[in-house]
Amino acid sequence: MKKNEGHEQTGIKPLIPDRKVGIIGYGAYVPRYRLPGTEVARIWTDGTSGSPVKEKAVAGLDEDVATMSIEAARNALARAGIAANELRAVWVGSESHPYAVKPTGTIVAEAIGAVPSIQAADFQFACKAGTEAIVAAIALVGSNMADYAMGIGMDIAQGRPGDSLEYTASSGGAAYILGPAEKSLAEIEAVYSYVTDTPDFWRRQEQKYPEHGQRFTGEPAYFKHITEAGKALMDALKMKPEDFAYGVFHQPNTKFPQRAGSLLGFKPEQTAVGLLSPVIGNTYAGASIIGLTAILDQAKPGERILLVSYGSGAGSDAFVIKVTEAITERQKLATLTADYIQRRTEIDYATYARYRGKLAMK
Amino acid sequence: MEIPRHWRLKQQRYALVGEVCPHCDAKIFPPRDVCPECGGEAREAYNFSGKGEVYSFTRMGEGPAGFEEQAPYTVALVKLAEGPVVTAQLTDLGDTKVEIGMPVEMVTRRIRQDGDERGMIVYGYKFRPVMQG
Amino acid sequence: MSGGDMSDIVITGVGQVPVREHWDVSLRQLAARAILAAIHDAGEQKPQALYISNVLGSLLSRQANLGALLTCDCGMGGIEGTTIEAAGASGGAALRTAYLALRSGQVDCAMVVGVEKITDVVGPGVDKAIAETLDTDYEGMLGVTPTAMAALLMQRYMHEYECGHASFADHPLAASIHAVGNPNALYRKALSREEYEKSRPVCDPLNLHDIAAYADGAAALILTRSELVSKDFKSIPVRVSGSAVVTDRLSLHDRPDPLAFNAAGISISQACRQAGILPGDVDILELDDAFSIYPVLSVEAAGYAKRGEGTTWMKATVASGKPALASMGGMKARGNPLAAAGVYQAVEAVLQLRGEAGDCQVKGAKKALIQCLGSASATAAAHVLEITQKS
Repeated sequence: MKKNEGHEQTGIKPLIPDRKVGIIGYGAYVPRYRLPGTEVARIWTDGTSGSPVKEKAVAGLDEDVATMSIEAARNALARAGIAANELRAVWVGSESHPYAVKPTGTIVAEAIGAVPSIQAADFQFACKAGTEAIVAAIALVGSNMADYAMGIGMDIAQGRPGDSLEYTASSGGAAYILGPAEKSLAEIEAVYSYVTDTPDFWRRQEQKYPEHGQRFTGEPAYFKHITEAGKALMDALKMKPEDFAYGVFHQPNTKFPQRAGSLLGFKPEQTAVGLLSPVIGNTYAGASIIGLTAILDQAKPGERILLVSYGSGAGSDAFVIKVTEAITERQKLATLTADYIQRRTEIDYATYARYRGKLAMK
Repeated sequence: MEIPRHWRLKQQRYALVGEVCPHCDAKIFPPRDVCPECGGEAREAYNFSGKGEVYSFTRMGEGPAGFEEQAPYTVALVKLAEGPVVTAQLTDLGDTKVEIGMPVEMVTRRIRQDGDERGMIVYGYKFRPVMQG
Repeated sequence: MSGGDMSDIVITGVGQVPVREHWDVSLRQLAARAILAAIHDAGEQKPQALYISNVLGSLLSRQANLGALLTCDCGMGGIEGTTIEAAGASGGAALRTAYLALRSGQVDCAMVVGVEKITDVVGPGVDKAIAETLDTDYEGMLGVTPTAMAALLMQRYMHEYECGHASFADHPLAASIHAVGNPNALYRKALSREEYEKSRPVCDPLNLHDIAAYADGAAALILTRSELVSKDFKSIPVRVSGSAVVTDRLSLHDRPDPLAFNAAGISISQACRQAGILPGDVDILELDDAFSIYPVLSVEAAGYAKRGEGTTWMKATVASGKPALASMGGMKARGNPLAAAGVYQAVEAVLQLRGEAGDCQVKGAKKALIQCLGSASATAAAHVLEITQKS
């Protein structure tokens, strides 16, 4: 990589640490239960409306962002082959932390054995809280303050019963361990974030379900931020869509990431592997990075990946990632994303309502 | 609120951390500082693999206070690969038919909350059908 | 331990209240009724010490310090009074404590009262309280109850010995038939085999009829040394000829062989050895049948039956009536007032040995072996009671 002088015309400088950083280990988690879109349609539209996804993953009664993060973190540690106490940060991005005050990160760190010499905090930036945590981890390692840091994006996504979000709002996510590039299974070549104040989706303090701007969430929000971030990073690095084996973009449904890929010049075969929303739904903070775990599960050394997240409110983090030789031996060291997706038990709307606390118990 | 009690047990509950006896190498869970095999003092921490098999099981139709909203649920005696047996709930069963001898693995889950929804969440070990051999 | 030249410890008074849901009677009233009945039965003999067996007072009635409460309420203020707790074995443990106090010579007349007030609380809080007899950190806190523990044992038993649920029917059926004649029993309706087998599943493989219902109850005993029995005593003293309390590891998961009810077996052999009899010599065998798997495992542990043959033994023994099992309904049909259950066993055995058991009378009964268990044989109390000749 050349010296980071930024793009000639735009002057945009990507984030590139002095010390090269890469992904040392990664782990996915998808809960067992699936709610088909037809079930939501059956309850709310007499079955007349189509669903933006085939089905979505639903967490069980005893799961939350902490428990799901713990499993993803254990998978990441298994692939990294490092001791948990070598981590210097456990940062969890989510919009469904089990506590309003009390970090999920401490629970995860304790469970995986990473305490006490760590940073731990929870990140919130709608659906890009996970990639924001990963950027922070890159900075911690890239600055030489730490050798290893973990960033997690995980959600039990909320959608108001009957709202269009209910078809897609799902549960799952992924954990990443960042460390020195020479020990990595994939090097992070550069990062660029594009952030504005765009109120397309929010959830006020104390509210159970989010509000959203319907069609306003599209052009000025999702598409604008993803394409600006992705294009700027490719331009700055003088890269083209053809330089990438894979692209993966925040996936709130099936069509948005397909169109975003197309706007950035990616072909459907480049985005197919990371496109999981049709079968697991929108895992919010986990959505783009669990697409990446599916890609890493089958990537080959030398392949490049463009990942662009999107978080409402709004912003996108774009990553250029280059797979290293180490990938091959580490893929099988933990449960594959596809194994989680294949493990499925279909449930009906009533069971879903019970599992996700939508029945009034008091 | 029983905060100290839950806090004290967190490593055992979250990660199945037991003890190993320095005298006879027996793996001990729950940890108890005295080896049940040889009676010697045992305080060295030991991380169990979390792998095991169902020794016996039952499906509880009703739960005691604190577990009403989880019922029905399955509890089991799980024989760990390292030897000890633990009592725990089984989870993620879906349509799996539980049988004695079924291989299971530990996961960390919500056990209950301390009091009502304002109380702390108690996390701990449960077991599910194995995903990876 | 047998102390050949020592005087005998005898039971000279018994009292009980019917096992019921006593909505309108408090813990203290229950105990007082049993205590006064026992004092009256003993010919107005007053004790110097009161040993109370109770588990749930603090949890359900929010009442501790029962010694001071109950002695004063019964007009015995000032005497020694303490609570003995060993879960379902509390009744036997309190009897043992009274036995030791009398043996020591420090006490000349002791009273045991077993009292349990279940119905001060309704709903799942009752199950939670009873679950505190398990290991709270490693069992109770995970949502496990004693019922679930019994189900785990039965499931494993059925797996190891390849038997079906129906093979556990005999003890509960016999208990239900015997309770018809017992006015103090909770359920006085004989069950059919079909009713047993088709009952509602509760905790697989346990169904409703594998479980003794918890209910309120109180039962009391007056004990003294034989040489202190008044010449005017009108009834027949019953001798406590064997007494033992044994513990095992509290949790099933800590036992090398959970189906081996070691404490149950050892306590029976100790009590019988002290009495100078064999377990098979008794006319009445009152086992802990809080769950139908318990008596099966107990008879195997005590050597009545080989491992895996407990259900077969049970069937044959119910048919022969020798010894008589659950002669007044057992916990299954008399009802299970947890800490009081073991004292009810003693009261019923005394009535049988005196020939005062009414419609439940086992003809010519001379020796009884009673056993109660705390959790799944984590604590076991066994006593041998024998009829004496009236002096």
